[in-house]
Amino acid sequence: MPEGQFKEGIVGGRLAADQYADNFSDLHPPLDHHEALVESDRCYFCYDAPCMNACPTSIDIPLFIRQISTGNPIGSAKTIFDQNILGGMCARVCPTETLCEEVCVREVAEGKPVQIGRLQRYATDVAMAENKQFYPRPEPTGKTVAVVGAGPAGLAAAHRLARHGHDVTILEARPKAGGLNEYGIAAYKSVDNFAQAEVDYVTSIGGIDIQNGKALGRDYQLSDLIRNYDAVFLGMGLGGVNALRADGEDAAGVTNAVEFIAELRQASDLSGLPVGRRVVVIGGGMTAIDAAVQSKLLGAEEVTICYRRGQEHMNASGFEQDLAAANGVTIRHWLQPKRVVAEGGKVSAIELEYTAMNGDRLAGTGETLTLVADQVFKAIGQSFVPAALNGSGASIELEAGRIKVDAEGRTSLAKVWAGGDCIFGGDDLTVSAVAQGRDAAESINRSLMQG
Amino acid sequence: MADIRNNFVGIKSPNPFWLASAPPTDKAYNVIRAFKAGWGGVVWKTLGEEGPPVVNVNGPRYGAIWGADRRLLGLNNIELITDRDLQTNLREMKQVKMDWPDRALIASIMVPCEEASWKAILPLVEETNADGIELNFGCPHGMSERGMGAAVGQVPEYIEMVVRWCKQYTRMPVITKLTPNITDIRKPARAAHAGGTDAVSLINTINSITGVDLDSFAPMPTIDGKGSHGGYCGPAVKPIAMNMVAEIARDPETRGLPISGIGGITTWRDAAEFLALGAGNVQVCTAAMTYGFKIVQEMIAGLENWMDEKGHRTLDDVIGRATPNVTDWQYLNLNYIAKARIDQDACIKCGRCHIACEDTSHQAITNMVDGVRHFEVIEAECVGCNLCVNVCPVDNCITMEPLAVGAIDQRTGKPVSPIYANWTTHPNNPMAKVAAE
Repeated sequence: MPEGQFKEGIVGGRLAADQYADNFSDLHPPLDHHEALVESDRCYFCYDAPCMNACPTSIDIPLFIRQISTGNPIGSAKTIFDQNILGGMCARVCPTETLCEEVCVREVAEGKPVQIGRLQRYATDVAMAENKQFYPRPEPTGKTVAVVGAGPAGLAAAHRLARHGHDVTILEARPKAGGLNEYGIAAYKSVDNFAQAEVDYVTSIGGIDIQNGKALGRDYQLSDLIRNYDAVFLGMGLGGVNALRADGEDAAGVTNAVEFIAELRQASDLSGLPVGRRVVVIGGGMTAIDAAVQSKLLGAEEVTICYRRGQEHMNASGFEQDLAAANGVTIRHWLQPKRVVAEGGKVSAIELEYTAMNGDRLAGTGETLTLVADQVFKAIGQSFVPAALNGSGASIELEAGRIKVDAEGRTSLAKVWAGGDCIFGGDDLTVSAVAQGRDAAESINRSLMQG
Repeated sequence: MADIRNNFVGIKSPNPFWLASAPPTDKAYNVIRAFKAGWGGVVWKTLGEEGPPVVNVNGPRYGAIWGADRRLLGLNNIELITDRDLQTNLREMKQVKMDWPDRALIASIMVPCEEASWKAILPLVEETNADGIELNFGCPHGMSERGMGAAVGQVPEYIEMVVRWCKQYTRMPVITKLTPNITDIRKPARAAHAGGTDAVSLINTINSITGVDLDSFAPMPTIDGKGSHGGYCGPAVKPIAMNMVAEIARDPETRGLPISGIGGITTWRDAAEFLALGAGNVQVCTAAMTYGFKIVQEMIAGLENWMDEKGHRTLDDVIGRATPNVTDWQYLNLNYIAKARIDQDACIKCGRCHIACEDTSHQAITNMVDGVRHFEVIEAECVGCNLCVNVCPVDNCITMEPLAVGAIDQRTGKPVSPIYANWTTHPNNPMAKVAAE
């Protein structure tokens, strides 16, 4: 039995050394050749396929699956990349159970959809293993575009712009490119450093220069970009984390879930990564699930997700909720944080209040519950931090706290486009960010080539 | 309980399922396993004349095509007749027949097209107490190059001649196995009949190349870079076989001639269909080679259950029941009108019926109604072609519903006529047998 297993407080080494690799192995192992053929044969090649319509990037799913079934995985990969250059990551992280696979006619017919996500991974893996590049870089147009943020939206935009011959500079605040793909996704969904491999694959087209450690508002201003480039794409995501608004949340041991997830992804030795014995996660989305499940996988004895509304309101998909349950995470509903109890400056428990719908308003009932906890994760959503945008020049128009864009991704400022989580209407999905980045790039291209 | 005992030209077997002459019946070991599994009879793999046995290739002997999930749909082979010594086969046949007296054991024979050759082998076979012989006039590869197999089966005069020899030199019932590699199956059947055959069996395999290796550019199966046409069988050939069985069953010159049906029979239903078209029993090979001998249990139980359900007591209640309904196109009722109907509860909305109809047929199925994905037949455009039924992945979701007499066909605006009227009397037919007046 490992020494740290039942140790109080936030410590590492709760598991035997070899257990970590097992716990954080691929959630959905890749299909082998035989499995891919069997699965691809299940696709009916639907007309105007529901799966394709459900995909934010509109990948021609029936076609790519047919290409797998006919022994043409390279052609299949091109079908995917034509619409979604980050098709490899999307194959791993898309909540397919609420997108393409939810509407698969075989889900309707048999309750068993074609495993579209895993087939997509099969095809993209084959092409990426060969470093098969489908899109030649054309003669440079001489136009330059600045992209803020090397996340899914920024990378998708950059690739599409490079395909059109424009020179792209990506300015990324973090030390690595990839955005949430690198920092914000559970480790078991993107093993073997896939996010960086994908960044390399995408940028292999040429004409894309990624500059790391360059933060908007700190190292440069939006007005600089507007002045120095022919166009600007903003894809910086969400920088802020919503507060619990509970007393005592400054206590040590109360952490943002996104930081925990990022730290875990960047850790070279998971056994050194500390986690509480009794962990409470506040929230009901994918981030809450990722933090809770990974806490459990790191060896936490008790992990409880507390969500202030009912199960049916959770943003985490049914699949994700089941994943948490299967890993021994308890999900409790109708509980909101009231007070963090600290001893000696460190969290020792969290007091929660039961909630109920009062008409269409959620309200505390006054009844409380205290859960012993030595670590509390905040996963109640992230927010856009507009301050960085407003360093100089005209300020950009916001809507509900995020950047307002039109159907093509144009902001209120000339020459400035935006996409991904930072825009109003961004829905916290990699695949949607890719679609927005790609479409904004097309709009930028049309605009640049008119002039 | 339905009685499925079979009496085919006097040869009795506990059920109508025989294994066809092929690799599964090449030796006692396999045949005993088959009998243990429940097969009613076997046609022993074709014997050649005494002397050094034939040799087979030592590379691949089979090629195949597959459907979804790599289900084998069609198989071809370039194996020849038995490559075992004649005496060994005869000895084993005799022992097996002795040990399994209630099962049918038929000897398939192929010797040169000379009277002396047939005269020589027939007594040897008779010695085994085999229940009958089957003349292999079908093997389309290898042996045909030596003037045997399909080379005989393609010349009706040869068929008649050899059948006559056999009837002359043996008391055993003679079943003449026909090749489908001809233009009109009735001709060889008539020749066999004229020669006095007791029955015909069909089809043997069809000349085929199952694939081409796109690296070596050689047909498959590939032997050291080369390939040769093989004999095609399996589920893919069943429709071809059934047509040929029906053609012989309804030919006035051969009507009543017993037929052993062969060609892609895989399930009880396939067997029942062959029987209905006029086969007196069936022979199976590819299904056994794909799944093993156990499949016969499904065939037996399936046939019995269906017969019980429909009130058919014996095989004679079934055999040939569909034959009178096989006719020529010119006699089909042109006043019969059917329309496709989609069961909306069963529909899974794959849209294949729509795109098949829209792209390739009559634009008679919607894909969107009031902005909602919805597939429905537009009766005014539907010609009742059945394509949608055939491409639908859900069984019985789309059905063809006949219009009642008097109902208005929305496509033509005319009421459905109660009168049977076919092409022979149609006004558009310049050869119409009834004057326009």
